[in-house]
Amino acid sequence: MMREPTRLAVLGSGHVGPVIARLAVKAGYPVAIATSGDPEDIALITELVIPGAQPRWASDAVADADIVVLAIPLHRFVDIDPAPLDGKLVIDAMNYWPASDGILEPFEDGGSSEIVAQRLAGSTVVKALNHIGYHELEDRARPTGAADRQAAGVAGDDARSVAVIAELVDQLGYDPVTLAGLRAGRVLEPGGPVFGVVLERAEFEQAINARSLL
Amino acid sequence: MTYTFGLDTFGDRNGDAAGKALSHAQTIRNVAEEGVFAEQAGVDFFGIGEHHTEYFPMPAADVVLAAIAARTSRIRLGSAVTVLGSDDPVRVFQRYSTLNALSGGRAEVILGRGSSIDSFPLFGYDLADYEELFDEKATLFAELLKGGPVTWEGKTRAALVNQDVVPHTESGPFPAWIGVGGNPQSVIRAARLGFSLALAIIGGPPARFAPFSELFQRALEKYGRPPLPVMVHSPGHVAATDEQAKAEFWPHWRDIITVMAAERGFAVPTEASFERETGPSGALYVGSPETVATKIAANLPVLGATRFDLKYGMPGFTHDQLMTNIDLYGHQVIPRVRELLGAPASN
Repeated sequence: MMREPTRLAVLGSGHVGPVIARLAVKAGYPVAIATSGDPEDIALITELVIPGAQPRWASDAVADADIVVLAIPLHRFVDIDPAPLDGKLVIDAMNYWPASDGILEPFEDGGSSEIVAQRLAGSTVVKALNHIGYHELEDRARPTGAADRQAAGVAGDDARSVAVIAELVDQLGYDPVTLAGLRAGRVLEPGGPVFGVVLERAEFEQAINARSLL
Repeated sequence: MTYTFGLDTFGDRNGDAAGKALSHAQTIRNVAEEGVFAEQAGVDFFGIGEHHTEYFPMPAADVVLAAIAARTSRIRLGSAVTVLGSDDPVRVFQRYSTLNALSGGRAEVILGRGSSIDSFPLFGYDLADYEELFDEKATLFAELLKGGPVTWEGKTRAALVNQDVVPHTESGPFPAWIGVGGNPQSVIRAARLGFSLALAIIGGPPARFAPFSELFQRALEKYGRPPLPVMVHSPGHVAATDEQAKAEFWPHWRDIITVMAAERGFAVPTEASFERETGPSGALYVGSPETVATKIAANLPVLGATRFDLKYGMPGFTHDQLMTNIDLYGHQVIPRVRELLGAPASN
């Protein structure tokens, strides 16, 4: 019997959301994309920029999803209702980026995904797809086994969920490097050794290990 | 198809031949010389981007454009970009409408944010309000451009009631664009408000912006507007040979990206990433006239664009190197792109 396909809901239709959604459509996942508003508002964007994805109301997209990708600005995240995400596996692809968020006091001390996980107490949060620039994420994706395949970090407190997201990241075109704990995932944040650079696994591991020795 | 070609600068602070930084004042005077020379070299447009930093000391682009206007007769002059979110749309309209008067109808504006965020704390705005600020102010600017008395109300500025805003233009609205850096919702906004679309492509493969151009034209149809032009703005540098252009550009690009990386938290560029960006599928137009022309000619049709603006210079370049760049861009790159695209020799 065939396994039910893993369904994705991508929340956010700005710089990052459409890029992740395109990769997921290409990898064969059913993908819904949603913003805070009417799906009609992003129908044209979806048709032309993310062909194959379904624009939906966020509540419907989340209800039907196995994995929810948060790709909204962090300063908008603090306004969303956590309840619909209860029981969901959530990818935090967001970053604390004062250059566009302004100063958000709770996030000033680092560990943005840990704060996201506290707010989404009923969800399982995995940090991934946050550290490769949206302008490169699609261009650098390669299938399993490609010689120039690049690494991508996957960090979370729940090992099974990290494995599920690692499988997704692998399907999207990156060699997953798993990190045990959202705390350990701080190396993937802005200011960290792999943020904004695209590295192969050996270089990636070397960069994050060098940092954790400090 | 008619194509137009521009040069944009951020007032990148010049260096001398020994690598020592020139003063802000000398850099600004050099930018004015470069604008005048751009006309002589046959460039169609000269743009100055608003910035507020030590290495881009260019907060009052319109003043410099006015100086260039007084010494030129043909070249179009505009902002690239005006950071509208932290400015007053009425003042922006007045300044560029004044430039339009002085220059005999040669003014343009590109509205956006660029990568400039320094104006927000400087003028007391919160970056978290960026979307609302830009959306409201761009909406008001579109009203101001129409010419007649304006009635407008919002949260970010005092309301206007049947307000006549001067100086009036002589022949309708001047060209106005919205600069977009990769957010499809910004493309929709430009179409909704009736601005032309400027695609700022500063990293990664340009072709990824191709759907944005179609999105723009389809959104214009949806809002019942006629087709509007799309332009591409990308950084680069032209010198006699590929080797010379890269050798001149790399250290300045590396240095400025390193500064910005530290401010924004991303890792520093490597020579490998530079090679990718200067290669055929990268965003940087660095090389000989033939290399740069070939790359522009390859990308414009893919992107559905009829204008290309080369953002020339980087902090640390000498004025002489920039003048050579302008000379080669105007006399060799532009004619060669037109030739490659089968376009008329000049406008």
